[in-house]
Amino acid sequence: MSEPKIEGYKFKPGYSGMAADTASDQTMFKGVHWGKAMMWIFLLSDTFIFSCFLISYMKGRGSTPEEWPNPSEVFALNAFGVPVPLLLIAIMTFVLITSSGTMALAVKYGYERNRKMCGWLILATALGGLTFVGMQAFEWSKLIHEGVRPWENPFGAPQFGSFFFMITGFHGTHVSIGVIFLFIYAYKTFAGHYDEGKRGWFTSMKGDYVEIEILGLYWHFVDLVWVFIFAFFYLW
Amino acid sequence: MSEDFNDNKTIQAQSSETISGEGVRGVAPDKDYVRPAEVADQDLYHGHSFITKWIFCQDAKVIGVQYFLLATFTGIIGLILSWLMRLQLGFPGAAGFMTAEHYYQFVTMHGMIMVVYFLTALFLGGFGNYLIPLMVGARDMVFPYVNMVSFWMFFVAVGVLLASFFVPGGPTGSGWTLYPPQAILEGTPGSGMGIILMCVSLILFVAGFTMGGLNYLITVLQARTRGMTLMRMPLTVWGIFTATVLAMLAFPALLVSALMMTLDKVLATSFFMPTILKAGEVLEYGGGTPILFQHLFWFFGHPEVYIVALPAFGIVSDLISVHSRKNIFGYRMMVWAIVIIGALSFFVWAHHMYVSGMHPWFGFFFATTTLIIAVPTAMKVYNWILTLWKGNIRLNTVMLWCLGFIVTFVNGGITGIFLGNVTVDVPLSDTYFVVAHFHMVMGIAPLMVIMGAVYHWFPLVAGRMLSEKLGKLHFWITFLGAYSIYFPMHYLGFIGVPRRYFEMYNSPYITSAVGVNEFISMAAFLVGAAQFILIYNIIVSLRMGKPAGKNPWQANSLEWLTPTVPPEHGNWGDKLPVIHRWPYDYSVPGAKDDFIPQTTPPSEVAGTEVEKT
Repeated sequence: MSEPKIEGYKFKPGYSGMAADTASDQTMFKGVHWGKAMMWIFLLSDTFIFSCFLISYMKGRGSTPEEWPNPSEVFALNAFGVPVPLLLIAIMTFVLITSSGTMALAVKYGYERNRKMCGWLILATALGGLTFVGMQAFEWSKLIHEGVRPWENPFGAPQFGSFFFMITGFHGTHVSIGVIFLFIYAYKTFAGHYDEGKRGWFTSMKGDYVEIEILGLYWHFVDLVWVFIFAFFYLW
Repeated sequence: MSEDFNDNKTIQAQSSETISGEGVRGVAPDKDYVRPAEVADQDLYHGHSFITKWIFCQDAKVIGVQYFLLATFTGIIGLILSWLMRLQLGFPGAAGFMTAEHYYQFVTMHGMIMVVYFLTALFLGGFGNYLIPLMVGARDMVFPYVNMVSFWMFFVAVGVLLASFFVPGGPTGSGWTLYPPQAILEGTPGSGMGIILMCVSLILFVAGFTMGGLNYLITVLQARTRGMTLMRMPLTVWGIFTATVLAMLAFPALLVSALMMTLDKVLATSFFMPTILKAGEVLEYGGGTPILFQHLFWFFGHPEVYIVALPAFGIVSDLISVHSRKNIFGYRMMVWAIVIIGALSFFVWAHHMYVSGMHPWFGFFFATTTLIIAVPTAMKVYNWILTLWKGNIRLNTVMLWCLGFIVTFVNGGITGIFLGNVTVDVPLSDTYFVVAHFHMVMGIAPLMVIMGAVYHWFPLVAGRMLSEKLGKLHFWITFLGAYSIYFPMHYLGFIGVPRRYFEMYNSPYITSAVGVNEFISMAAFLVGAAQFILIYNIIVSLRMGKPAGKNPWQANSLEWLTPTVPPEHGNWGDKLPVIHRWPYDYSVPGAKDDFIPQTTPPSEVAGTEVEKT
């Protein structure tokens, strides 16, 4: 990482220099767009939300007297007559992680002011997210079809259904919100709003390619959270 | 080479005073030099119609006033509820309609309204919005549109909360802690729609607050004006900033617990619900853990105390400094104390749960962390007193409120040391001692600061002074009255009167408690009524108060240095202010006036003994 160039400001060496840079006037994070800093802090707050969910899940799973269902059986999918454990979830995870890759590329092309490539990659990311949500809906309906409900579960502890639907639902909501914004941003990119600095519909702020990076931060976060949910629900 | 070295030396020595000629080689270091702006000036959306100027307004100052008014309105409802409770406690049966169910509902709504919808919204939403951009020299919050949405989310949250008074079964009556399982079981008042609306309202509040909170944080971090280093910010900003950090990390736990509680109620999940036998029948719930809710709730609940207290600490530091014409004693210590208290507040939550049946070693750990918080807090109290020491104290209304704060805060803090110890807490748990403690420390003390802040900043908001005579009357009734209410409650707690009881019936403490309860109730009516003096004062002074002019208190901080008073949208006219010093240069030896505003360049005060900041 190279230091950003700030006119009239010289970064100071060492830890005391770092403290001085941090406490200096105007900005704490030099050269960082305020929107980016805001997204980072929002994500920190959101991390606490998901941590609370997952810790509650651990506590709830630990205290229920009934047996927890075996994930490799509950989440198995029949492929050619053979139950394959974690098949669907492997594909879902792959799609979501891939969409993180396309998002990162979109940010790169955005900063290179390559409007077309950037727009197509955002669109690809949105479609990846949409596929993920669709497959999640499929998984939900499969479980519901087998009799799993938020309040009951034929395979064991009812808390399994409660926590599964609540936490994957909360995460799925995050993905869906992301997908909506990705479609909006794809439109704005193709329409050239970021090139000409067109003002936003609601916020009346000038458009800038930095917005794509900000949305990218959110998208990567949602993917990262999925990795944890995946580990806690499907591998434990 | 040697010149470079020397140059570096002087820069290091001066770096905290002015950033003199730094990075500009070959130019003679100029004492008044402040390096250029890093980011372009903010461009703002200016409202044109009545709706965009006053209702859906993006100006942080208007949003601050909106927050202030709505929080005050909600607070008055909380006040009326407390009157009704005191009527029942002092004179059982005097209010004919009052049943035990009503009483529990009033206790619950009073607690939740006062803590979340009144104090939190008032300090962070009200004072935060109004003061942060002005004090750090910004034109507005960094994201005004989201800031506006934040207020309207709060508006909806309050609406949903108050709607619960009008649904079948009424508002929830499970106590403000909303402990399951009883909060959602039949038999508890408002266990139907009441608790659902409460949870929904809290979720909305958290969502709305997050939008505002992000703005407060980023405005402080990324939008300060030239020369405004972190250690030149007024302590008000430090207090509100740190409290917002706490809120951003603590409210998630509230959001999660409220969501899980809603699901337990609406979908009959069993997150918090164990197997329950009711009248010989097993309910549909089973396998959940009620203690989990307590942990989640208090992981929010304890930082919440400091979300209310830290802005009060910050604001009172500024008020004391201005009105005793002295720099704040130990500014850096004050900043670090705020930060350390904020950090520690995340490690003490289970001291609210000593009687929940958790492991005693757990209690030992939490008692230790709790008592450690007393250290930075005591440092702050000493520093306030040392700021007053030999100051040129102006004993006006603002100063009276500040002194009232110190006294009530010390009082409430000392009882906190009692309750922080497990062995002392267990017998005092759920008695009036606890009620006295938390009302003193996070009810009355922050309220004193709010009152002081209103008298201090009203001239800025309205351009007119509040009446000092009415202000002093208001203070003395409130201060003496509040003591009459809460001081006897410590005694009630010691003799074992339990809190949240509708009536004492024929219990053995009745003889000694009855008179005390009557006295407390009379005082409560009086103190509550006295608050309307302030409202009268505000309404009258808005039109007929003495014009304040610029900077009526001779303060240094930026909010008084705007080109127009009251400040307009955009705050600073054409040019953003440039900062050369901290806001506490009062009574500097050798200076012409007893205050040196933050924008005064060093060359104008050459030869005075200003602090190096």
